[in-house]
Amino acid sequence: MFFPISHAYVNPIYLIVVGFVIGVLGGFFGVGGSFIAGPALRLAGIDWNFAVGTDLAHIVGKSVVAAKRHRALGNVDLRLGFIMALGTIGGAEVGAQLIQMLKRAGNVNLVVSVVSIVIYLGISGFMMWESWKTLALSKRQNSQRKSITRGGKSDESAFQHVTKAIQRWRIPPMISLPQSGITISLWVILLVAFVGGLCSGFLGGGAGYIRMPSMVYILGIPTHLAVGTDLFEIVISASYGTFSHAIKGNVDILIALVMHTGAAIGAQLGAISTQYFAGPKIRLAFVPLPLIGAAIVIYTMFTGHKL
Amino acid sequence: MGPRSKTAVRRTLRAFALELVIYAALVTGYFFAVLHLLGGWLVQLETQHIRVYAVVAILLIIGQAVVLEWVTTGLLRLLRGGRSE
Repeated sequence: MFFPISHAYVNPIYLIVVGFVIGVLGGFFGVGGSFIAGPALRLAGIDWNFAVGTDLAHIVGKSVVAAKRHRALGNVDLRLGFIMALGTIGGAEVGAQLIQMLKRAGNVNLVVSVVSIVIYLGISGFMMWESWKTLALSKRQNSQRKSITRGGKSDESAFQHVTKAIQRWRIPPMISLPQSGITISLWVILLVAFVGGLCSGFLGGGAGYIRMPSMVYILGIPTHLAVGTDLFEIVISASYGTFSHAIKGNVDILIALVMHTGAAIGAQLGAISTQYFAGPKIRLAFVPLPLIGAAIVIYTMFTGHKL
Repeated sequence: MGPRSKTAVRRTLRAFALELVIYAALVTGYFFAVLHLLGGWLVQLETQHIRVYAVVAILLIIGQAVVLEWVTTGLLRLLRGGRSE
């Protein structure tokens, strides 16, 4: 099928399948799946600028479906989502400016590749360590006493002592988030969102791979709420990104619409699946995703081939 | 996972498989009807009024998301005899 905006011939079935896979990942983990969608579009012969912009547009649609589903399940903290959207948009702008600076210096590909590998490997390594430790801790506690559960889904963390220490910082204004069950400094929320936005602007996509773990480990948001709120926040920040890319001529909305038909059904399946898994298990299942992104970047760096 | 959860998962997957079949037919119709009708207009908009195109692009993807969510929820409810979850 010919897509006249990006001047590309792409099989629509391929786009639907890619959308479906990313939809499942997004619904289950609360991530945009840009580290898979971007290379998948490139693999289909779409230029990188269109891959990045079109992926953002597709993320908006996919996240609307998944966020709506999570909201119905009570997994979205609206107050937190709106505050985070502000920080994310600010961070995304700074990230985009950094890219422009590196472009002018002539070393954008090397720097972005190295930074992305370090970030992806770091997130995967940390989450694997934390999830294993938490699951082991839960098993030990279960043999001694019944663990406290939230709505049938236990959500403990081996990193809780650090999270509690961060929550004790009293830098005004303090924000109360009754739905998430925490009171925390506004600046901590904005900082977490800003870093997520910075990664989004610098590495592309929605950067849910860093925002979702940060919400769990730094802010202390229960995993199910972090997944839903992250998706809600992505709707706002990705809409902003889509507009910005579209006016630069980087969005083929027809491709995004086709991809999204697969993502819509995948997102529902992913969101429903979260009901059957406890927080640490969701976090452990997340571990291979950034590794896939790292593998793709390493492959591109060492072979010089675009996927 | 208890026997009740297993039954729920089995029911979800069965409904999902049926939903996929119906969805495939709907999507095929969608390609021929909507994309062919919108394609020319969107290309024209993208070349002549890029800011309007940017806004329309966001509205289209959100609109499609809401409609498809409504369709899939309706299908799930239909396939499960009145229950959406």
